[in-house]
Amino acid sequence: MAQTLFDKIWNTHIVKNIEGGPAVLYIDKHFIHEVTSPQAFTGLNKRGIKVFRPQQTIATADHNVPTLNQHLPIKEELGRLQVEALIKNCAEHRVELYGLGHPFQGIVHVIGPELGITQPGNTIVCGDSHTSTHGAFGAIAFGIGTSEVEMVLSTQCLMQTKPKLMRINIEGELKNGVVSKDIVLYILSKITASGATGYAVEFAGSAIRSLSMEARMTICNMSIEMGARCGMIAPDETTFSYVKGRKFAPTGAAWDKKLAYWKTLFTDATATFDKEITLDAADITPMITYGTNPGMGIGVNENIPTVAQVHDNDRSGLEKSLAYMGLQQGHPIKGQKIDYVFIGSCTNSRIEDLRMVASFVKGKHKADNVEVWIVPGSKQVEKQAIEEGIDKVFEAAGFQLRQPGCSACLGMNEDKIPAGKYCISTSNRNFEGRQGAGARTLLASPLSAAAAAVTGFVADVREFMNN
Amino acid sequence: MKEGFKNITSRFVPLQNENVDTDQIIPARFLKATTKDGFGKNLFRDWRYENDNEATPKIDFVLNQPQYKGDILVAGKNFGCGSSREHAAWSIVDYGFKVVVSSFFADIFKNNALNNGLLPITVSEDFVQKIFAQTNEATLSVDLEAQTITIDATGEKESFEINAYKKTCMINGYDDIDYLINSIGEIENFEKQSV
Ligand code: SF4
Repeated sequence: MAQTLFDKIWNTHIVKNIEGGPAVLYIDKHFIHEVTSPQAFTGLNKRGIKVFRPQQTIATADHNVPTLNQHLPIKEELGRLQVEALIKNCAEHRVELYGLGHPFQGIVHVIGPELGITQPGNTIVCGDSHTSTHGAFGAIAFGIGTSEVEMVLSTQCLMQTKPKLMRINIEGELKNGVVSKDIVLYILSKITASGATGYAVEFAGSAIRSLSMEARMTICNMSIEMGARCGMIAPDETTFSYVKGRKFAPTGAAWDKKLAYWKTLFTDATATFDKEITLDAADITPMITYGTNPGMGIGVNENIPTVAQVHDNDRSGLEKSLAYMGLQQGHPIKGQKIDYVFIGSCTNSRIEDLRMVASFVKGKHKADNVEVWIVPGSKQVEKQAIEEGIDKVFEAAGFQLRQPGCSACLGMNEDKIPAGKYCISTSNRNFEGRQGAGARTLLASPLSAAAAAVTGFVADVREFMNN
Repeated sequence: MKEGFKNITSRFVPLQNENVDTDQIIPARFLKATTKDGFGKNLFRDWRYENDNEATPKIDFVLNQPQYKGDILVAGKNFGCGSSREHAAWSIVDYGFKVVVSSFFADIFKNNALNNGLLPITVSEDFVQKIFAQTNEATLSVDLEAQTITIDATGEKESFEINAYKKTCMINGYDDIDYLINSIGEIENFEKQSV
């Protein structure tokens, strides 16, 4: 029978199906971090059991680590206690930890792929909703709660109900100045922040296939913003050559065997989906959000919608959102003054993102009214940026290059946007208070964020590009 | 093992917002605990208090309005979207709710709720609006065995879905973890076969 990419992976990971209930799904790779794991280890300790397959769990400290002076002890007490608990739990349960000071430390969804741990055909989970990122490799990857972290630590399995399947095709060529972040914000603006709830989404089409691995990760990363259980892209030559040679990628005969299997991971031509949507890449322009959920986005040259124009799902929330954001219905977003620019998070903090920003700002300087934070996704990204001289470009532009972590994406450490201030952010969520109590977040691509950094307001990056 | 779910008749707290995300339910700065206790006092923290100060409650927020109380939280569409933080479910349970009703729940939140003995009930948008139209004295009755929820004043009733396995777990207070740990032999066999 014709199968989808999702089916092929799902079916080979089912330990058993419970009658009238969920399936017991085997998990290949499990990532943990300091915020959602302590209570899970407490659960294991209470039961007097150890981690069942410690070599399949990888830990890092990212959510509340400082991004300045990481060599010093963490000042904030509760955050420090969580990081210390992670160190202790990993040592006791023989779990590999890439903590602060380790050359592999970084945001959990950045380090998995860059170390070659994330591979096609895997089932991957983490106590973090943006685990969907790893689906870019043709994996089933999704976020879980702490009780589920405890299940995976104790049995390497989860109880899961099979989601419905949706395919979103993006066909055609992207216009100049439009990047993968714009694609995903565009999809969100079309289907809303709950448009894919209950579905596993496969992204397909010629525009998706033309993207690099890092660009694909940005799209799968934000599939959770549509409510999707996971997002995925069929692996191809781009995927294989990205994985090859990475630290934990298979080598020699093992590589050949895996590669032969990975090449079978695609949706069969006659397989069907519960829902299918096709969008034209040529319709996409640089996107920006104006509201307080990621579905509230528009092209940068469009006006903020009025209650009459907005999608049903957002109608009741529009006025509340705009009041919070200090913006007005029917007004342009372009030209809105900005106070902060945050380039970072598991959505857009990889080396390609930093290169994209650097090549745009080279020879330019930030506007006086903005503060610009660049937070690389990992120690390896940071190192590479320095090797390529990108740090010098940022320094000359007046941008601050900080140390790796989640940072202002969720403001758990001291990197917070003050109340009432506007921040263009390359992260994934513009919820009320996400970047700090009262902070006003506008989500955009790294290119658009760079344009805002240079001009001091929301700008159409295409008007400032050198070609 | 947790306490099993008992059928309830209770007043309800109407939260008439859509897309209530987990950052609103429990803001990130309260995720620094290493235990599961005490999250209730920070539930909806930034909607509840002015300037993060318990001395200045926002009087227009439902949790600060004494006429609304009960074991049931009724919310607009797409409740619990956003982050996977189970702290959201913990804070709702710790505050004292036993049931959350909405026309639509985010996936991860729904799982987290069920794993903590909090019953998420999905009803039609129409039914949610009917509940919102009730007075603050009105009560709802939830019968998990029959899978129904009733507006007692009018007798209007809707059935809701829950899979048979989860229902048994909820009623008896069983944990998925116990089930999985008891399946370890089968899991080991699976590992051997798939190498
Ligand atoms: S960068 Fe932001 S979205 Fe990504 S894992 Fe960290 S907190 Fe979550």
